[in-house]
Amino acid sequence: MRPTISIMWRELTGYFSTPVAYVFLVIFLAMVGAFTFYMGGFFSRGQADLQPFFNFHPWLYLFLIPSIGMRLWAEERKSGTIELLMTLPLRTIHVVLGKFLAAWAFTAIALALTFPIWISVNYLGDPDNGVIFASYFGSLLMAGAFLALVAALSALTKNQVVAFVLGAAVSFLFLMSGLDLVLGFFRGWAPQFVVEVVSSLSFLTNFQAISRGVIDLREVIFFGSMIALSLLINTAIIELKKAN
Amino acid sequence: MTEVLEVSGLTKRFGALTAVEDVSFHASRGEVLGFLGPNGAGKSTTMRMITGFLAPTAGVITVCGNDSVTDAIETKRSIGYLPEGAPLYGDMTPKAFLTFVGRVRGMTRADIRRSIEDVVDKVHLEEVIFRPIDTLSKGFKRRVGLAQAILHNPPLLILDEPTDGLDPNQKHEVRALLSEMAAEKAIVISTHILEEVDAICHRAMIIARGRIVAHGTPDELREKSNAKDKTSLDSVFREITTRAES
Ligand SMILES: Nc1ncnc2c1ncn2[C@@H]1O[C@H](COP(=O)(O)OP(=O)(O)OP(=O)(O)O)[C@@H](O)[C@H]1O
Ligand SMILES: [Mg+2]
Repeated sequence: MRPTISIMWRELTGYFSTPVAYVFLVIFLAMVGAFTFYMGGFFSRGQADLQPFFNFHPWLYLFLIPSIGMRLWAEERKSGTIELLMTLPLRTIHVVLGKFLAAWAFTAIALALTFPIWISVNYLGDPDNGVIFASYFGSLLMAGAFLALVAALSALTKNQVVAFVLGAAVSFLFLMSGLDLVLGFFRGWAPQFVVEVVSSLSFLTNFQAISRGVIDLREVIFFGSMIALSLLINTAIIELKKAN
Repeated sequence: MTEVLEVSGLTKRFGALTAVEDVSFHASRGEVLGFLGPNGAGKSTTMRMITGFLAPTAGVITVCGNDSVTDAIETKRSIGYLPEGAPLYGDMTPKAFLTFVGRVRGMTRADIRRSIEDVVDKVHLEEVIFRPIDTLSKGFKRRVGLAQAILHNPPLLILDEPTDGLDPNQKHEVRALLSEMAAEKAIVISTHILEEVDAICHRAMIIARGRIVAHGTPDELREKSNAKDKTSLDSVFREITTRAES
């Protein structure tokens, strides 16, 4: 556990040691604001809840999570520090976990900084704060699943741009897999259960349930196992690269 | 037991390329082993396998009695490693970086503080200890890399071109430091500076195209060569390696 925490701490301070982190946070907050207030019709709906705010999270994450996660491994490969890191007496899974937790914590900080929106809605009306906290929790969980995917893909390359593009593309597939656009492609030829499996992998569908404020064990297990599986794949990629 | 490092039958293939082929040697406590060879000979690849960064295609590496593959973590504990080019986390200060390495290596807080004081003094980092590593000169970066390698006082040091990029004074200092530490450690260094071999190495190996082509004390290497001018190790090196390549 201690090595994982050391890795996590180093990564997290790494985020804040460059202006990039602050630029990211500003962009994130600006986009959240723009989406919620202009496109989401936060005021015109006349309802005291944060539904329009959370509805945009999957789409925001599509680009913002790859930009948080792309550096995790690609940067280490590029600068050669991976040689330093992987010759320390650490188990690969501990390093993978430490890096993931750092990026997730950074995401949590970004999410926490949206609190003025929560204050606004409480000032303007009388929202169900239980629903709001459940939605925050669901959003963070979904962000973790995106992040774990991106981290694993980042281990494949030493080029951060490639890591970003791969991350965004794969995230897009997982996001969309519940929509008719994608399912229609499978319906033509694949058996029904394949269509159902593909559709059940959709981040969007799984998030919609949580964002309505109901934390169902099903969705928690879904995102949790997506995270666990991605981290295992991440570990396997690092181990395999060592052998060739 | 004085055999700190034992390597036998070590081979590494990258696809069709055999970078290291059937390399065997050992290093004992109290000696500095020099690793010589032309560019691309396989020195760094061998060191990467010993330190566990690359998995061997074939062969066995034992460090202080631990097998490098089955006891990877134990092996890594016994090694201090300076990778080629001394890669470092540029956004950290030497102080933060060394603290990080100490913590990951499981050292206690007090131990880390004492060890950092000690290595900073040994490699003369006092004046840069709180500056971001990115802003340091090449020589200072190399010294930070060296500090990181000796922080936990390991029985085996693997140093890939440790004096590369240092000024003559610093080269001298680092050699003196290595000679001093050699009493209680086994040290393997790779180098292209042959005077270094005469200065600090008890034994040297010359490797070419992945194979060991000569092995012995600097004087024995002179004996083995057909070079005309045997006083200069440079000509001995050139003669032995060109003979191996042809
Ligand atoms: N990851 C890799 N994939 C493919 N080939 C590699 C890889 N790493 C090294 N090689 C090749 O293996 C050979 C040995 O390289 P190595 O870096 O060990 O040489 P070296 O003796 O350290 O050379 P130098 O003195 O230039 O540092 C070279 O031909 C190199 O191109
Ligand atoms: Mg090399």
